[in-house]
Amino acid sequence: MNIIVCIKQVPETQEVRLDPVTHTLKREGVKSIINPFDLYALEEGLRVREARGGRVTVLTMGPPQAESALREALTYGADQAVLLSDKAFAGADTWATSLTLARGIAKLGGADLVFCGKQAIDGDTAQVGPEVATFLDIPYVSWARRLEFAADGLLRVERLLDHGYDLLEVDLPALITVVKEINEPRVPSFKAKLKAKSAPIPVYGAADLDLDPATVGLTGSYTQVVKVFPPPARGQRERLSGTPEEMAARLWQRMQAAVQR
Amino acid sequence: MDYLLTDEQRMLVELAQQIAEERIKPVRAELDEHEIFPTEIMQDLAQADLFGVIIPEEYGGLGLGTLENCLVLEALATACVGVATTYAASFLGAYPLLLFGSEAQKQKYLPILARGEQLSAFALTESQAGSDASAIQTVAVRDGDHYVLNGTKQWITNAGEAGIYTLVAMTDRSKGARGASAFLVEVGDPGVSFGKKEQKMGIRASTTREIILQDVRLPADRLISKEGMGFIIAMKTLDHSRPGVGALAVGLAQGALTEAVTFARQRHQFGSPIISFQAIQHMLADMATAVEAGRALVYSVARYIDSHPKDFGRQSAMSKLFATDMAMKVTTDAVQILGGHGYMREYPVEKMMRDAKILQIFEGTNQILRNVIGLALNKEFGKKAK
Amino acid sequence: MSLIYFEEKCTACGQCLDVCPFGVLSLEGDTLIIGEGCTLCGACVEACEFGALEVPEGAGEKVRPEIPPDGVWVFAEQRHGRLAPVGAELLGEARRLAADLRAPVAAVLLGHGVAGLAPELIAQGADTVYVVDHPRLAEFVEESYAVALAALAKEYQPEIILAGATYLGRAFIPRVATLLGTGLTADCTAFAIDADRRLLLQTRPAFGGNIMATIVTPYTFPQMATVRPRVMKAMAPDAGRSGQVIEARVEALEAAGRTHFVQTLSELTETAPLGEAEVIVAGGRGLKDGKHFALLQELAEALGGVVGATRGAVDAGWIPYSQQIGQTGKTVAPKLYIACGISGAAQHLVGIQSSDFIVAINTDPQAPIFEVADVGIVGDLFEVVPALIREIKSGR
Repeated sequence: MNIIVCIKQVPETQEVRLDPVTHTLKREGVKSIINPFDLYALEEGLRVREARGGRVTVLTMGPPQAESALREALTYGADQAVLLSDKAFAGADTWATSLTLARGIAKLGGADLVFCGKQAIDGDTAQVGPEVATFLDIPYVSWARRLEFAADGLLRVERLLDHGYDLLEVDLPALITVVKEINEPRVPSFKAKLKAKSAPIPVYGAADLDLDPATVGLTGSYTQVVKVFPPPARGQRERLSGTPEEMAARLWQRMQAAVQR
Repeated sequence: MDYLLTDEQRMLVELAQQIAEERIKPVRAELDEHEIFPTEIMQDLAQADLFGVIIPEEYGGLGLGTLENCLVLEALATACVGVATTYAASFLGAYPLLLFGSEAQKQKYLPILARGEQLSAFALTESQAGSDASAIQTVAVRDGDHYVLNGTKQWITNAGEAGIYTLVAMTDRSKGARGASAFLVEVGDPGVSFGKKEQKMGIRASTTREIILQDVRLPADRLISKEGMGFIIAMKTLDHSRPGVGALAVGLAQGALTEAVTFARQRHQFGSPIISFQAIQHMLADMATAVEAGRALVYSVARYIDSHPKDFGRQSAMSKLFATDMAMKVTTDAVQILGGHGYMREYPVEKMMRDAKILQIFEGTNQILRNVIGLALNKEFGKKAK
Repeated sequence: MSLIYFEEKCTACGQCLDVCPFGVLSLEGDTLIIGEGCTLCGACVEACEFGALEVPEGAGEKVRPEIPPDGVWVFAEQRHGRLAPVGAELLGEARRLAADLRAPVAAVLLGHGVAGLAPELIAQGADTVYVVDHPRLAEFVEESYAVALAALAKEYQPEIILAGATYLGRAFIPRVATLLGTGLTADCTAFAIDADRRLLLQTRPAFGGNIMATIVTPYTFPQMATVRPRVMKAMAPDAGRSGQVIEARVEALEAAGRTHFVQTLSELTETAPLGEAEVIVAGGRGLKDGKHFALLQELAEALGGVVGATRGAVDAGWIPYSQQIGQTGKTVAPKLYIACGISGAAQHLVGIQSSDFIVAINTDPQAPIFEVADVGIVGDLFEVVPALIREIKSGR
């Protein structure tokens, strides 16, 4: 099986905190990590390879420093890694990102299965997986917590929805986005770490992917950020007093404001 | 401080630290509380290729040395010595094979151990034979192409969990110290059974049991090296593994020190963090210095062993002796610094103190090691005098 | 495309360095160096009080198409004949936006045998209800729902489409946006209309909620967004409202499709995964008896959250270990954490410290939990929690 796992290098957003006085982002010492959900996607890809043979390719679109995320992915046992990088890709929204990734997948000759983590912890959109699948014109299933190959070659997918879990069947090739319940990612292997250190990682730019620069990156994005601002201040610590009804009303007010962030 | 490791050594430490942090730390309290064998963590270590550290590449291992082994053990021990001992004991069981095994034996067993497919254990101790190893009662009687083993081993780490056992039994009592032999016993060999899991003060994640041998028939090719080599094999095995115990102690002490400093900075009494009091500072200073000293000794002895000297029993004993006595003191001091909190099981340091004690006892009690070192000094100086 | 730097305005104060989530900015002497990893997120532009930084406008001539005629659409999520509450919330918001736009509001109902829900949608604010009834829509599958909504949109031309950012909504809406060749913004918490440019201003959190971003879709239609549930306000249902129902047929649904629903495996009446929860209502020893977890369950349900517990409650046998939060249980990072009858032992606080907003209700004013709570109530949870439930259910 030809398996491709899309990953993203993200800042460790738990550590990206607001300065309580200036209300600006403090990012001192924030390191770059592989998006945690992508590790689950990678693990699932590796397990499918172990069960059914094939190879796992890790793919990312990002600036040159994203190479370190690909190298880290190799330490878990991926067979090869490919970086899609070009100044033209910068500032991409999910449309432009997905278009670029889909072209990258096509350049690699397509795949039987594409795995993505459910969402990236910086963008939090959960859009790229489905959009990549649509550009590739392949079916996809979101929020997968278990995969099983049926005798007839169909893939059976258990997935999470708001009401509970549904079981779907999907034709291959397909794209799957995974939730953390799906597996427990393995630890890296030392042999893979040694290999990863010097593994060649090809870099494809817009020209390599036959992409008109106007259709990717900031220029190719259909959405634009017009403003970035701090969330409503966390607010003062408050001790409530009064009757239970009064306190409940004030509390509900504060809670609703909090949920908006 | 930079210990001037190679890139490869750094990567090894990084990997072991990742496992310690992500896999061991979150469950160590539960494993300790309920005496649970760390099966999943052993699988993680196998996945990480870490069971192959000292096994040569031709048998599927990483072909690294004592220092690398110590680096991994130290990192794992920072999280939990019980888990680290389970892993370390598998090397203890492998050393007789590595040092004295025949090619056929190595081909048969080492790849399995290197993959972490099975654990191994080393079985020497008996109820009447601890420090006095020559007093073992387990016998192996030659019967044609076989040996028949009878006896009971006591307090064997990994007994019942391991698949492969390197075990020392008497083949000729009349020869005294030259009358013992080492054998490879497999868990499936008929007549092999295990006692109940012992309830211990510390390293409770590590499983300790008796091994009971009742008319266990082993084919002669299970003998390691020659008859009579038993105690030499045991001694050489311990010489190789002792710095590893030292490394466990250094890791343990480092973990305790980290908890103590962190706590001392957060705990406020009399309007200040307690780390601002000299009494605490002096304790921490002594602890930190002792940890560095222990580490320095373990690393330098490990490096020395990797240079393949003829004898290193004295140095090996010193690295274990110093580091384990140090760890006992550092962990005790850590509990003291955490005060009442330190005594509560909700905080990790009381476990560390309980874990430290065994390090002064097994793989040669620190009293025996002092004998070893004293006698070695006498011998070395005697040679010099000639 | 790179960040625009006006060196003459730069005072080398370094504010932007601190704020960059990707750490790509540095100062060489008095000059700003912009590293390779810049994603044009704009955080530095916001932070610079001297206006020395700017995110470039997309290059090239882009012409905005004519405004489509069909106004604001709301995807009326339903399952087995029951409308999801988010639909009403979105209709309420759609009415407000539509007022600014002077455009109509429509609800889109996809399912099988669900046309009977149309009157409810009209009462909640829809002028039109589009119904697509097909067996392939009886259960949710990304492929069929996306095909249906995209086909409808192509036919009837909405200006804006809103859907709830539920698991269901977020699963299929991205495919719709891509099929329609338009932009999509996820998990919005606020909307406004830029009257001059007739643009939907879509505000949403990013970086795990550490910043807010306002986004527009300036050159394509429809402008699409998924919306965080429980944030927008439904209007009071008005049975007197009138509207039309259009039963539409989607040809593409007749083809077989490549994804098939097999069965529902389990309903989440059993406790939901704690690690994924955005709202957690937790109980400790202060509950006094395991049966009182039912009260917390009621509050959790009202908030769309799950129930958690301290070690004390688990040890007392009131709730399974799977729901334990704390150093030896799970670490959680919900948006909202409500601690009822929990004193706040250090180990528990370790497990909850990444929560965005912590509420504590405890009778003991010295309880350590109050040190980390954003809102603290020294009171009897058996009075406060029911009052809170009433407050929530009273229609916000």
